[in-house]
Amino acid sequence: MTDKVSIAILVITSLAIVAGLLLSFAGRQFPANADDLIEQVNALLPQTQCAQCGYPGCRPYAAAVVRQEAEINLCPPGGQSTADNLASLLGRRELPLSSANEYTQTKRVAIIDEPLCIGCTKCRDACPVDAIVGAHQYMHTVIAVECTGCELCLPPCPVDCISLVPVA
Amino acid sequence: MSAPTYDLGKLHGGLRLPAEKRLATNQSIQLLPLPEQLFLPLSQHVGDAAQPIVNIGERVLKGQLIAETDSSLSAPIHASSSGKVIAIEPWPVARRYGNRAPCIVIECDGDDKPIDAMESVAGYESLTPDDLLLQIMRGGIVGLGGAVFPTAQKLMAAISGPLDYLILNGVECEPYISCDDMLMRERAEEVIRGAQILMHALQLSKCYVVTESDKPEAIRSLGEAMGKIADDRLILKQVPTIYPSGGEDQLVQLVTNLEVPSGGLPTDVGCVVQNVGTAAAIHRWINLGEPLISRITTITGDGISNPLNVSARLGTRVADAVEFAGGYTDRANQLVVGGPMTGKSVTTDDIPLVKATNCILVLSETPDIGPEMPCIRCGECSAVCPIQLLPQQLFWYACADDEKQLRKHGLTDCIECGCCDLVCPSHIPLTADFRQAKARMLEMADEKARAERARRRFESRNERLAADKQQREEELANQKRQAKSIGSAEIQAMLDRSKEKKEDD
Ligand code: SF4
Ligand code: SF4
Ligand code: SF4
Ligand code: SF4
Ligand code: SF4
Repeated sequence: MTDKVSIAILVITSLAIVAGLLLSFAGRQFPANADDLIEQVNALLPQTQCAQCGYPGCRPYAAAVVRQEAEINLCPPGGQSTADNLASLLGRRELPLSSANEYTQTKRVAIIDEPLCIGCTKCRDACPVDAIVGAHQYMHTVIAVECTGCELCLPPCPVDCISLVPVA
Repeated sequence: MSAPTYDLGKLHGGLRLPAEKRLATNQSIQLLPLPEQLFLPLSQHVGDAAQPIVNIGERVLKGQLIAETDSSLSAPIHASSSGKVIAIEPWPVARRYGNRAPCIVIECDGDDKPIDAMESVAGYESLTPDDLLLQIMRGGIVGLGGAVFPTAQKLMAAISGPLDYLILNGVECEPYISCDDMLMRERAEEVIRGAQILMHALQLSKCYVVTESDKPEAIRSLGEAMGKIADDRLILKQVPTIYPSGGEDQLVQLVTNLEVPSGGLPTDVGCVVQNVGTAAAIHRWINLGEPLISRITTITGDGISNPLNVSARLGTRVADAVEFAGGYTDRANQLVVGGPMTGKSVTTDDIPLVKATNCILVLSETPDIGPEMPCIRCGECSAVCPIQLLPQQLFWYACADDEKQLRKHGLTDCIECGCCDLVCPSHIPLTADFRQAKARMLEMADEKARAERARRRFESRNERLAADKQQREEELANQKRQAKSIGSAEIQAMLDRSKEKKEDD
């Protein structure tokens, strides 16, 4: 009698343990919904959209991180704290910020030296957050409150009239 | 009819502090002589700075509007005396952030000639509450208890909901400060008349005038004034002398036994709190036509030769005020604007005395309290916190920069009263840490909002680009399809036509 009871207890306990292990393993390997996780990762990124991570914006980088294609330490604007936050969210090993990418942490915005602008629209097309307005052959300008300081508008300008200034 | 009553709510924690008020209450309020120059900051209130409407070189009269505003949260500035505007430039000021701010500098001519329009509004009772509030706004009146929130805007926000009580705050619980005490002793009638105007503006029929039990003279003269004016809507109340019973929410709790909800305002429980000095200023503006151009300020501390209360023109330099109070003593070491608990240390006495300046405190050497030590979890700090927060936990999370926990533990409700600091046996500067953590939290919320906007703009741009691309591809596909549907015979015909054309040439 007591034997049967103890066997029953044993069987049920081991079943529970196996099921629990399976579930936790599954939870790690196949997150309930990859899109959800991408959103969570994206929410930790600074949304500068500067592409310094090697991906065309924060969300693409988030997707690459979730698919385990990218390391967690590639975002210079986010700094070490973002890398650490990603590590703890995803349960990955903490890594020092990849030093290949240099970035100043002070907040800056782009400003166009307007008299020099020839209205080529190249910067407007390069801006990832539509922070530059202007029409073909007319002066362009930066909407400072929307600018993330990503620097992507700098290289395309043929007359080098865009610079970054620290936010007051 | 006006005997102090004792049916009070309960305040958690708080401290009995050495009051140190006698220093400056031995003599009556003195008129501070007109200085040679006045420095009037454009921002002497919470909200947006006022915009100057005078030019350099222009002559102005006492009470003349010199900076106005069209912002929804701001207050106009009036010239405190007659003279010539000689500059509009940054000048040292005592502010929580930053050390300089634009000021209008007036060189006084000594005549103190008032502007003609300084006449009373005939009978405010005939005005509608809205008109009365507008009129209060034009007087540049702001909360004189130290918060300097524009009074009219506070009242306008208040009347949008149901109200039960007006509470006049004459508690002045912070040590050293006695300007409200002296005001109530010497000008109780102005306070009561101001209260009547406020009640009319708010359409209220009940007003508690509240002061602390350690001010018997003020209670007596308030009682006399109320007896004379005989307005039975006013009730005098007395609260025990405990710091910080003069905090708005704490006062509401004490007087009405209603708790202001976390993150809420006294209006949420049907109360509007106004400082007694503000009430007197409203009386002077509405009944006597004098805008807010002077205030009573306590000049005190063991670093001052002759501590006293003065009625000072706004814009007078602190240095001039100190000189009038006999100058600094040899021991003077630290200059504080405001009280010892919530005031701000400043490094220069060139700063002007402004609407917010309720006290100029000069202290001798601060006693060396010893170095900061680790928290020993004694719980003293939470025992005295009037908001019932857990300062030791907050401190922990502030060090860890853990925004979520800071919010959860109510950092935003901390009134920065300094009680926890004072009792901490490990000498941890808790309040200063909380102030920093709050600023950091604001910054982070700001950053978050920016990031969120950038994310949305980035995504909508990508959608737009994708839609453009799809459209282009569809057009291309359409063209190809058309080309195919034309068929080979027709193409041959086309080619022949072009050949013929060439041969013709
Ligand atoms: S590097 Fe730039 S684009 Fe990449 S995640 Fe960081 S901010 Fe976003
Ligand atoms: S304006 Fe220039 S720096 Fe600013 S977000 Fe656009 S591309 Fe980046
Ligand atoms: S790229 Fe330079 S020149 Fe061209 S529109 Fe932008 S700012 Fe003007
Ligand atoms: S400073 Fe803040 S935490 Fe400290 S006792 Fe006052 S309200 Fe409580
Ligand atoms: S009073 Fe100071 S030592 Fe005691 S629990 Fe609070 S922070 Fe820690």
